[in-house]
Order: sequence, then structure tokens, then C-alpha cells
Amino acid sequence: MMKSIAHESAHLHVTGEATFADDIPQLAGTLFIALFISEKAHAKIEAIDFSAVEASAGVVSIITAYDIVGANDCGPIIQDDPILSADEVNYIGQPIFAVVADSYLNARKAVKKAHVTYHELEAVFDLDEADKRQSYVLPPMLLKKGNTQQVFNESDLQLEGRFKVGGQEHFYLEGQVAYAVPQEDGCLHLWCSTQHPTEMQHLVARCCGLDAGQVVVEMRRMGGGFGGKESQSALFCCLASIAAQKLNRPVKCRLDRDDDMLITGKRHHFNYDYRVAFNDTGKIKALQLKMLLGCGYSADLSGPVATRALCHVDNAYSLQQVDLSAIFCKTNTQSNTAFRGFGGPQGAFATEFIIDNIARLTGIDALDVRKNNFYGKTENNVTPYGQIVDDNVIHELVDELEISSDYRARREAIRIFNQTSTVIKKGLALTPVKFGISFNVVHFNQAGALIHIYTDGSVRVNHGGTEMGQGLHTKVAQIVANELGISTNFVRATATDTSKVANTSATAASTGSDLNGKAAQDAARQIKNRLIDFLAEKYAVEKTAIIFINDEVRINQQTLAFRDVIQQAYESRIQLWSDGFYKTPGLHWDKDKLSGSPFYYYAYGASVSEVAIDTLTGEFRLLRADLLHDAGNSINYGIDIGQIEGAFIQGMGWLTTEQLVWNDEGRLMTHAPSTYKIPAVSDCPPVLNVKLFENKNVKDTVMRSKAVGEPPLLLGFSVFFAIRDAISSVSNYKINPPLNAPATAEEILNAVDYCNGFSDD
Amino acid sequence: MYLYWFHPGVTPLIVVASAVSSSDRQSEVENVIRFILYGSIISVENIDPSLTVLQYLREQLYRSGTKEGCAEGDCGACTVVVGELVDGRISLKSVNACIQFVAMLQGKVLFTVESLKAGQGKTLHPVQQAMVDSHGSQCGFCTSGFVMSLFALFKTTVNPDRQQITDALSGNLCRCTGYRPIIDAALKMHNIDNKQQGWINRPALIKPQPVDDYEQRVIYLLEKIRPQHSLYLNHSGKNYYAPLTLNELAQLRQDKPQATLVAGNTDVGLWVNKQLRELPDVISLVMVDELKTIRSSASDITIGAAVSLSEAFQALVIYYPELTDLFRRFASKPVCNAGTLVGNVANGSPIGDSMPILLALQAVLILRKGSVQRELSLDKFYQGYQQKDLKPGEFIEAIRIPININNYKLASYKVSKRYDQDISAVCAAFVMALDESAKVAHVRIAYGGMAAIPARAKQTERILCGRQWDEQVLTEAREQLAQDFFPLSDVRATSSYRQKIAQNLLTRFYLETKAQQSPGIFQLRDLDVVS
Repeated sequence: MMKSIAHESAHLHVTGEATFADDIPQLAGTLFIALFISEKAHAKIEAIDFSAVEASAGVVSIITAYDIVGANDCGPIIQDDPILSADEVNYIGQPIFAVVADSYLNARKAVKKAHVTYHELEAVFDLDEADKRQSYVLPPMLLKKGNTQQVFNESDLQLEGRFKVGGQEHFYLEGQVAYAVPQEDGCLHLWCSTQHPTEMQHLVARCCGLDAGQVVVEMRRMGGGFGGKESQSALFCCLASIAAQKLNRPVKCRLDRDDDMLITGKRHHFNYDYRVAFNDTGKIKALQLKMLLGCGYSADLSGPVATRALCHVDNAYSLQQVDLSAIFCKTNTQSNTAFRGFGGPQGAFATEFIIDNIARLTGIDALDVRKNNFYGKTENNVTPYGQIVDDNVIHELVDELEISSDYRARREAIRIFNQTSTVIKKGLALTPVKFGISFNVVHFNQAGALIHIYTDGSVRVNHGGTEMGQGLHTKVAQIVANELGISTNFVRATATDTSKVANTSATAASTGSDLNGKAAQDAARQIKNRLIDFLAEKYAVEKTAIIFINDEVRINQQTLAFRDVIQQAYESRIQLWSDGFYKTPGLHWDKDKLSGSPFYYYAYGASVSEVAIDTLTGEFRLLRADLLHDAGNSINYGIDIGQIEGAFIQGMGWLTTEQLVWNDEGRLMTHAPSTYKIPAVSDCPPVLNVKLFENKNVKDTVMRSKAVGEPPLLLGFSVFFAIRDAISSVSNYKINPPLNAPATAEEILNAVDYCNGFSDD
Repeated sequence: MYLYWFHPGVTPLIVVASAVSSSDRQSEVENVIRFILYGSIISVENIDPSLTVLQYLREQLYRSGTKEGCAEGDCGACTVVVGELVDGRISLKSVNACIQFVAMLQGKVLFTVESLKAGQGKTLHPVQQAMVDSHGSQCGFCTSGFVMSLFALFKTTVNPDRQQITDALSGNLCRCTGYRPIIDAALKMHNIDNKQQGWINRPALIKPQPVDDYEQRVIYLLEKIRPQHSLYLNHSGKNYYAPLTLNELAQLRQDKPQATLVAGNTDVGLWVNKQLRELPDVISLVMVDELKTIRSSASDITIGAAVSLSEAFQALVIYYPELTDLFRRFASKPVCNAGTLVGNVANGSPIGDSMPILLALQAVLILRKGSVQRELSLDKFYQGYQQKDLKPGEFIEAIRIPININNYKLASYKVSKRYDQDISAVCAAFVMALDESAKVAHVRIAYGGMAAIPARAKQTERILCGRQWDEQVLTEAREQLAQDFFPLSDVRATSSYRQKIAQNLLTRFYLETKAQQSPGIFQLRDLDVVS
């Protein structure tokens, strides 16, 4: 394990010096955008009265769909995402036109003065209703293995039911922002907050009628992304660019929080219909699961989100007979998008919920039912999509956590507590995670890097990944420093820039350090090899006698300062910069059959949560959480722990307090932090034990580490199931509480009341 | 009834002796905002009176360390610290820069994240160093807000415990870390060995440290800019008045009955930021010292209209420790530091959290119009949704709350989706006295979130009065509650949930009053932390 150094920007974060896109000093003449967003969920636009807008103070221009020179679309895969609606609107929040004014405030004031006449059309909001009407954004996906029907015909123990999980607003603290500046010869330079600079480059070029080579996207850091700035930063990049191009002025598009939440998509909410057959040890024999995805009005990334959901229904469990389907419900709401886990959490949640039900029916502790279903190491290790799980550590990981968390004794203590406590009930749950690492689209699994060593020995590394707080730049700097045997103080990771490293993949799917770390390592190695060749010749030694360590280069008995070696190499005309490249080996995926080996490896983890609920109000409190997570051979312990804890709390928020509410007209009513409640400081449990599971990746990842961005989000499951455990205690653990996620206080109280109805049985 | 502490429903008219004669004074108004930033006096003229501190910092001073996350005081990314002179020393509090007008800084000292490093070279402030050491930042966007909340804590509380830390950070959202490393930073910030011993870097001590050169200078500057006159701003058709005295305020209020009154600006700030409302006339209470007083007598405590929620709670909790949890989850620290108790009452929102307990305690408003005062039971103040018994030109000068209520059982419970910084689904308050035979001698029950106004459950009170306080009467009272209220469904809760918990909170109150006979844990906050 490497040193737990601080985030490369920590000293800039704490002093307020870290520059975010909105902090970049503005050029003279900069203009500002405000968006007019649809007030109807589904309607034809009959007329727009701009007169009051045009007369409003500071207004320079109005941009409508007809001002778009190129394609009026910012869809990442399918072209079904208009930048500005020309004639039809499909959700409340959809941008219709933009006002460009001399100040942010003037633009916002002006845009409110427009009057739009709509002809309303029928709208669909409910997933079941959408399914009934076959209102879909994509054709369904099916993943079958074995013959489930035959098992159901022969099986005594069966269960079926329905449940739901809600969506989740990203609530990146820094809202969407893009700043476009026209350059000579029709070119554009963009500073924006995005996880995918290359896609922004392509989409801006497409809507502005430019070549990709005419657009540069630069991105130093995001104030949080979580998937919300993967595809959905595009709208704002495109709008700023369209206005900048039209007016030949610098244009900034930054959103007020309410507009941000009303316009952009969230995590997909899911409705599940399942049927399961199992034996008396709780082992699942067959599973039929139909998942309705709340996609919103367009496809966005729903296809790959569903793929990942289908590939994570198994979670850590061997499911031999499955019949899984994903249905892409089209509703008149925001177009849902990537969110940390990318469908994986929704897929795995289904099976965890079903196992939780099975446990209560069989009377076996849920942990044992889980264990009875785990993938084997050498047998029962083929996933429903055909990949062999060859790195399974879930058994030993869960065993370790079971002991370190004192699971069995606490289970007993809680039962005793609940027997005497009438109002407050406690609950406990242990849930495992297995999460596949790699993009499910093989060709995305590539990355590039560019390293410069300057003659004083200082280093700049640039790569295709983006920094959103996850510590990617810190890890990449560590990897490069480690390769060159120098301190990280000499290595500076610089802003992601499409003019430095081209054709980058999104920083997503947890792959940031796997891909870019390897590419940077490759670049560093190339320079190092040139230096070794040069030194071996100059000092007439074997190449193996040359060691780069502690800011020095050891050449047999002689030691030179790294910077002196660099200076010598420069004077001998050695190339001191290099590109680097990496592509993940051994991946294959048949997207039509949904089979293959899409993942390079799996990351594992487990968590135990103990909660208390108030059976009078439905409120809950997380009392203690124990997390054990597999980050392989960690590159940075502190950063990895931070990812794990942060993801756990975010996962807990998704399943508890973070409730998205749309009213009957389809208006999102939770569009600000006053109404949408992400976890706050008191929600951090008083006892939080977080550890890395000691493991080295069996695959040749950078330093044998494992991706850690998304997998620990699933650790939050244990909070939900601990709540469910506490609720079921009022029925003496006989009844499966009808608890949907998010488990808000109201949802919990309703489930308590339901179970109370059985308390005398 | 053996105790009769509440005031009879008389509303006397009191003519204040020192009648207003402010016409000549009003000519002496100030048109320049002066405050201290980075060790210097900043003078601001000709600004839009509704320009926020955040806009001013970012767009006019190009100090971009302070961030906008929500522009409604709910995320804390814009947290700054404001100081003023209290007993000759600088007293600090965290506030949300996004909903403070620059004009409200008149005569104060402002600290931003940039202040912590100003003139200190490369050395980080102990708060900043603790954050770096603890991996307290990931994306960094919320960080300067956290740093400033911690700075206020660092300067006011030595070696804070976890509760004090979470109280101080209750208004700062972080989406990346899950808070544990930030709490860790707060636990260790006083242990950072910092060679810089300037006032900014020096922690609070139990005994105040002597005034050093820096503080001396800031005190000197604060004395120098101490407002001598009322502040009057006029810009692009908008007027902002911040009178210095109660008489001037009363006169102004009479002259401009349509003006918007502001104190903490925690609500009006949102009208400006979110609804983009133009406020032609704003009268601010923030400079009226007479409204910043808390007076207590043997029987009651009187809290002025410009007393912050934080200060009011600090005073009230001495008499009513049962309200600790309500105050804790009432609102975030920066909102409580800026907002006022009277503002909460005057706003009259059906989901304001102070009113149920104030109604149950039979608080009395002291209203004023010009030189005429009248008293009005809070009970009679709310007449309908956003309708109050407030005459044109009249304002609430103070609220008087009884304190001598021995032998009363009292509780106020708030239920919301999240513990910190959330708006109630329901807020309930109960005040009850039993006679020697355990019969209900006196009872007042009030709810927020159950009706268009904060309201008493009068029928339920009637059922309880004179009855044995037992499960039988509890059942009847619960049933009656369903007749007393017909709550709405909204984004926070459905009608049926509100109805259910209104009843259940009465049950909780019952259980707590019976805890001596039937002990148990009836609230999550009473749980011991497992280890």
C-alpha cells in the first residue's frame, strides 16, 4: 500500500483558492445565459411572446432552436435530446429558449418575462402506466439463463411480489456551468464542469457545425459529478457555445440550483416485479425479475444503465436460472442519467430485497441466507451473462466483517432490546457487494496520458480522466512519482484538456485510475526507459544497475539527483516527454445476447448497519456502521477510505431521506436543498468503522489496486435492510415489511403500522 | 387549577413615555455602508440594496473562495463569519452570505475563507490544516463553507465535543465525504501546533485571551465605523432603511406601511434570489439596539425583534431544557445566527417551528405602531393563512414568554425527513399541569404543519381538561385530534401521515410524562450510542 497523502488540491480547497469553472476570471464582454424552461409536461408550443424579454434591461440576444447552426441535439447515444425545443416540450423543465444578457441577474430577470402559449397533450408519469401504453425510449432487454419456468413448476417454496426504489438527485455542490469563448478562425474554447470533455467537444462541434478540431474543452476540476456531469453537462456546453458563436462574445451558462434540478436527469427509479423459487436453506433456485426503468422523456444513457443493472442483479450470488428483463419506460419527466453505480445498485438492490424476504419466510438469519447463495470460488461461479467470477473473496471478506462487527452477539442483543422497548426498535443487517469493473462497452476501456519532465526535474502529467473530488489526479501523480522514483511534490497533474490527450472516455464506471493511471504509468515508463538507456551508455553500466528512488538515480555506487540526470539528458538531446496509452485486456461483450466477459475484475465489500426506528413517527437513526471494502492494493489509503465512507452515506441517502416528489402535473417539487434532503452532518453515525480488506487484484491493474468510486455506494443497502429488520420486529420478525425505497419516515411508519396489524399472530 | 400563570386575555394599550420626535434626526442619515474586511475598512456606495454579500464578494471583489451552492441558505457553501463588538470584544457568528444583504454588514467585520490566510504566508490556519490532515475535502466546493463554520467554532468553543461540532456544521452540506473526516478535523483543530499566534489563528479559551494587536486594530476600526446614524440607501428605484433607534423605526414603519421588514433576511433573501422579487422599500431592524435585548423577570422573558434565534434559544433553554432538541433541529447554525425568533413568529408560516411551543406557552406579542404599544396573545395573532392581526404601520417589537411554570410538563417535538436543517412535516407542542389527584388541571396543545396557521388543538384540550391523565383519555384525545385538524398533503408528507403523527406525538408526550412509572426510551435522541 502506498502513502496516504492528502488530495493534491486539499490546500487549495481549504483556502478557497481551488478554481472552479465559475471562478475563472471572466474576459471583458462576457455575457450570461438564463433558460426559459417548459411549464407543461407534454405540449405543443403554439406561440412565444418575447416582447417583454427583448425590452428587459441588459438583454443582448434571444437564442431559440432556429439559431442552432448544426444539429439541435445533445443526446450522448441516440439523437433524441433537443438542446432547445422548437415545437414540442416533453417535461416540465425542458429548455425552450435562452436569454443572453450582460449579467447573470439580468438574464434571469428577463427570461421570466416571456409568455409561452401551449397546447397541452396527454402526459405519462407513472411507470406501470407507461409500460401499459408501451411508452418506451428503447426496446426491452432480456437476460435469460436456464429454464426458470421448469423450476417454478417443480418448486414448493415460491414467492412473488412488487417493490420500488426511488431515483436520486446528484446534488453536486457545484451546479452545471460552462464558459465558452470564441477563438480565431471559428474555433471555440470551453471551460466547463464535466466528466466527459471529449463528448462535450463532439457535441459542441456538432451543434455549432464545427470540426472536433475546432473545439477545445478544458476542465480542471468539478465540484462533484457523481454521473450527473457525464452526459448532462452537454446541454449547457452546447448553449454557451451556440450563443458565443452567434454573438462572437464570451458566454457563460451557469444554473441556479432550482433550474439545475428541474432541468437535469437523476438516478433511474425502478419498479420491480419478481417471482422467486428457493429451497429450505433459502438458496435461490430460479428468479424471474421484470424491472421497469424510469427513463424520463429520452434515452440518454438508459441503455447502458439497464445493461449494468441486468449484470448486477446477481450481486454476490450465484443465480443459475434467471429470467430478467429491463423495460425502458418513457415518461414526461427529466431524462434520467448516470449516477454512481450506473444501474448496478438498482440491479443488486432487487436481489437483496428478495433475499431479505426469503430469510424472513424461512426463519433463517438473513446473513446465512446470503451466505447460502454466494458465488463459489471454483464452482457455481458463472454469472448469468456468462463471465466466470475468478477473483471471489466475498466469503472471507464477509467472515472477517461478521467477526469484527460482532454481528451475532449484536443480533441477539437487539432481539432482547426489542422485546422490552415498545417505541424504539432496533435493526441490524449485513449486506455484501460484488461490482464489475470496466465499461460495458469494450472500446471505452482505453486511455491516454502525456507527461512532460522539465529541465529542473519537475513533472506535469496530463491524462484523459477528470477530477471531481475522487482523488484521481492525486493517484495518477503518485503513480508517476512512484515510477520515476521522485516525490509527488514534483509531479503536478493538470487540467483535462482535449487538445492534450484526445478521444478520452468519460471518467465513469469507476475506471478513472485503472485506465488513466496505467496510461500515465506507460508514459512515465517510456521516459524512464530512455533515461536508463542514456545513463547505461553514458556511465557504461548494466541497465539493471540503474535505480530511480527518493528523488535520486542510483547508478551502481554513484548517486545523482534526479534533476541533474534530467539536465544531463536534456543536454544529450533525450526526449523528456512522452505519451502513454492503455487498453484493458481480455474484454468481450455481445450486446445483443447480453453475454460475454464485460468486466476485467470485480470489487467486493460488505457492510453492517445498526439502526433504531421510532415507531411513533417513522424516523430512524443510524447508530453504527462497519464497512469492509476491497480496494485491492490501495494506491492511497486516505482517499480510498474517503470514497468508501462518502459512497456509503450517499447510498444511505438514496435509500432513506432523498425523496424526489413530482406533483400531479409532473412538476418536480423537490428542486432545492430546502425540499430535497441529502444526508447532513448528524446523519453520519456516531460509530463508523471503515477498513480496507487486504487483497491484491489478481488482474494486472495499476499497482494491483481496484476501482473504488462506485462499488461502496452499495454498502448503503445495509442501512435500508436494518430499517426493514427493525420494522419487522413489531411483528416478531414474521412479516416482510412492505417498505419501498426511499425509506422516509412516512414510508417507515406505514410499514410499521402494517406489521403492527400482525403483532398478535 | 392550582397554578394560574398565563396572562388574562387583556390587550392593554400602552403609550410609550418617550414619544417619537425623530423628524429632525432623520435628516442625519448615512448613505455609505462601512464594514471591515481583510483588516481594512471597506466603504460601499451606490449599490442595489438587495445585493447579497455573496454577489458582492464574487462579482465585485473577485474573491471567489466563497461559493454559491443553492442561493437559499440551505447548503452552506457560502458560509462566512461576521463579527461585531460585544462588551469590548469581537463576537463571531457564521452566516450564509447568499441571503445576507451587503447593507446588513454596516458597522461589522466580515471574515471570508480568504481572511484566514491573509498575511499569513503559506502556513495554513489550524482549521485548514486539520481539514487537510483529515482528508476533509474531496471535490472542495463545499470546503470553504465548512472551513468558515469551523473557524467560528474554533474561535468560540475550545475542544468542542461531537454534539457541538454537529451543531456548528448543521448548515453545511457535503456530498462527497459523508462528514466523518470533517468531524475528525473539528475534533483535532485545537491540537494543531501552529506557530502563527495571530488573533485569527488563536483558538478561543475558556478565559478570554488578552486583546492582541490584530484584535485591537479590528476593535479600533469597529469603533471607528460604529454607526452614528441610520443607514439609507437609494438605488435604481429601491430604498433601504436601517434606522438606528426604535423611535425612528416606528416612525418609518408608520410612514411606509407597505415596506418589507427584515431582520435576519433568512426568508426575504429567498424572495430576492429565487423569485427575483424587486423590493421597493425595505426596512431593516438589524441596527436597532433596543430590539436586540433580552429582558427577564421573575415571571417571563421578553425577547426583542432583532434578537437572533441562536441568542433567543440560548436564553430560553435555561428555563426550558426540554426544548433543547427542538432548538437543535430548528434550523442550521448560520440560519439561527441570522434569523430572529420574532421574524419566525411574524412570518407566520404554518410550518414555523417556534409557534407551536409559543402558543402552548401562551406567549404574548408586544406590538407597536408609532408611539402606541399593545399586547396581543399569540393565540389571537394568526387569523388565517398569511393573515395576522397586524395593523398597517404596526410591527412586533418583542415577544414575552412566561417562564415561571413549575410543575408543568412540557415538550415540543419536530418531525421532518432529516434531522438537521429541514422543514417540519409536523411540529407539536404540549404544556400540561396535573393536580394532586393526577387530573389534567391545565393543558395547551399546538401544532405546526396541521393547518393553514400554527394552531391550537382546542377541542382536544377540552377533552383532556379535568380528566384523569391515563390511557383512556389519551385514546379519546387521539380520536379528537383527527377532528381538530385536516392537514394537507405536500412534498414533505401526506395528510394521513400528518394526522397519524399528530396523534402519535401526543402518545409520545403521554409516555414521557409517565416515564417514572413505566420507564423506556421514547425518542431516538435518548438512545445511548452503541460502541
